Amino acid sequence: MKYLTNIGLYFMMLKKVFTKPEKWKVFKTVLIKEIEDLGVKSIGIVAFISLFMGGVVAIQTSLNLNNPLITSYLIGFATKRSMILEFAPTFISVILAGKVGSYIASSIGTMRITEQIDALEVMGINSLNYLVLPKIIAVLFFYPLLVMLAMTSGVFGGWLAAVLTGLFSSEQYITGIQLDFDITLIRYAIIKATIFAFIIATVPAYHGYHVKGGSLGVGRASTQSVVWTMVIIILLNYFLTQIILG
Amino acid sequence: MIITKDIYKSFDNTPVLKGISTIFEEGKTSLIIGQSGSGKTIMMKILLGLIKQDSGTVSFGDKISSDLDRKGQMQLRKEIGMVFQGSALFDSMTIEENIMFPIRMFSDESNEQMRHRANLALKRVNLTDVNSKVPSELSGGMQKRVAIARAIVMEPKYLFCDEPNSGLDPKTAVVIDNLIQEITKEYSITTVINTHDMNSVMEIGEKIIFLKQGIKQWEGSNQEIFKTENQSVVDFVYSSNLFKKIRASFF
Ligand SMILES: Nc1ncnc2c1ncn2[C@@H]1O[C@H](COP(=O)(O)OP(=O)(O)OP(=O)(O)O)[C@@H](O)[C@H]1O
Ligand SMILES: [Mg+2]
Repeated sequence: MKYLTNIGLYFMMLKKVFTKPEKWKVFKTVLIKEIEDLGVKSIGIVAFISLFMGGVVAIQTSLNLNNPLITSYLIGFATKRSMILEFAPTFISVILAGKVGSYIASSIGTMRITEQIDALEVMGINSLNYLVLPKIIAVLFFYPLLVMLAMTSGVFGGWLAAVLTGLFSSEQYITGIQLDFDITLIRYAIIKATIFAFIIATVPAYHGYHVKGGSLGVGRASTQSVVWTMVIIILLNYFLTQIILG
Repeated sequence: MIITKDIYKSFDNTPVLKGISTIFEEGKTSLIIGQSGSGKTIMMKILLGLIKQDSGTVSFGDKISSDLDRKGQMQLRKEIGMVFQGSALFDSMTIEENIMFPIRMFSDESNEQMRHRANLALKRVNLTDVNSKVPSELSGGMQKRVAIARAIVMEPKYLFCDEPNSGLDPKTAVVIDNLIQEITKEYSITTVINTHDMNSVMEIGEKIIFLKQGIKQWEGSNQEIFKTENQSVVDFVYSSNLFKKIRASFF
C-alpha cells in the first residue's frame, strides 16, 4: 500500500516537473551548472573504473581460454561485447546511481529541511520544475556520452592489459575488437543508458523532495534513494534486455 | 489586509489549529505569539498557502486564496515576501544572487538594474561589502538581514517573518524588529511576524494574537497586553522574572 502511494506521488511529481520553466534564461544557467555537477564531474570516475574493468575482463578471458581450438581473437571480442552490452550501460549506471543519486537526494533534501524549497514556492516558483527539470535534461544529455566513454576506455583497458601483461598479443586483441561490429548493440546500450539516466535523476529527486525530519532524514533519504535507484535499474535492465534484444 | 476565518488544521488526528479567525491590517506589524509548539509556524504556512488548512478561509484583500487556481496563487505570491525561521537563503548562490533571484525570475531587467536594486535593498538592511560572499560566510544576524533584503526587494504588499530575531543578541534583535517596522510603514505593507520574544512585543506589537495549543486565546495591542487579566496571557508574558518585576511595578 505504501509502495503504491509512493509510486503515485512519484508520477504526480513528474507531472509538476514537466511544465514550462518560468524563465528560459535562468533555466539555461541552471542547466549548465547541472551538466557540470552531474555529468562532467563524473568523467574521471567513469573513465577510471571502465579502464580497469576492461583490463580485468580481458585478462580473465585470456586466462580461461586454454582450449587451443578457440582463437585468441575472442579476448578482444569478448571484452568489447561485455563492455558495450552490460558494463557500460548497466554497471556504470549503478555506480552513478551511488555517486549522482546520493548527491541529488541530499542536495534537494537539504533544501527541503532548510526551507529553501518553501522559499522558492513562496516566491511563486514551481520548485519541482526549477530544481528537477534541469537535472533530468542534464543527465539525459550527458549520460549517453559517459556510456560511450565507458565503452571506449573499457576496450582500451583491455588492450593496455595485453601490452602490460603479455598474456595475449596486442594485434590479436585489435583484430578481436574489430570482429563482427554491430551498431544495433551500441544503440541498445544508449537506449538503456538513457532510461537509466532518467531513473537516476528522478528517483533520488523524489526522495530528497519528500524528506521528513532534520539532517538525519536527509541521510536516510539519500541512502534509500541509492538503494531504490539501483534496484529499479537492475530490474529494468532485465526487462529491457528481454524486450529490446529478445 | 489579510482576513482569516475559522482556520482548522490537524496532523494525523492531532489538532494543531482550532478555529483561528483574525485580521491583519495594512501598514501595521501584527505579531503571532505563543509558546513553542503552539502553532505559529503552521498558521503562517497556511496563510502563505504552503500548507492546506482542513477548513476555514484566508483572504488577501478581496481574494480568497484557496479559491485561486495555481496561476492565481502564483500571481498572489509575487506580492508576498517571506523571512523564514532559518533564513532559507539559497546556499548555492552569493548574497547578491540571492537577492537578485526574485527579480531575475519575474522581470526582464538588465544585470546592472538588478544589481542596483539588490544594493538598495542591502543598504536598507545596513549591510555592505557582502555582495560576493556566500550565506555560510555570514553570521546568523547578517543572514537574517539578507533574508529581509530578499523579501523586500520586489516591494511586496505582504511580508511574513517567522521568528525574525530568534538566535540574535538583544541589540541586533531590536535593530531587526525596528527595521521590519520601518519598512512596514514606509511601503504600507501588511506584515505578520511570529515571535515568542517579549522585547518584540513591546517594541513593535501593534497588534498581537496570542495562541495557546492552537486556540486564539487573546488579541490586542502591546499597550493592552500588559494590563490584561487573561490568565494564559499573564502566564506567558510574565514567565520571566524580569517581566514579573515590571508587572509588580505596574500595580
Ligand atoms: N509536518 C507536521 N506533521 C505533524 N505535526 C506537525 C507538523 N508540523 C508541525 N506539527 C505540530 O504542530 C504543532 C505546532 O507546530 P509549529 O511549528 O506551528 O509550532 P511553533 O509555534 O511555530 O513553535 P516554535 O516557536 O518552536 O517555532 C506542534 O505540536 C508540532 O509538533
Ligand atoms: Mg515556529
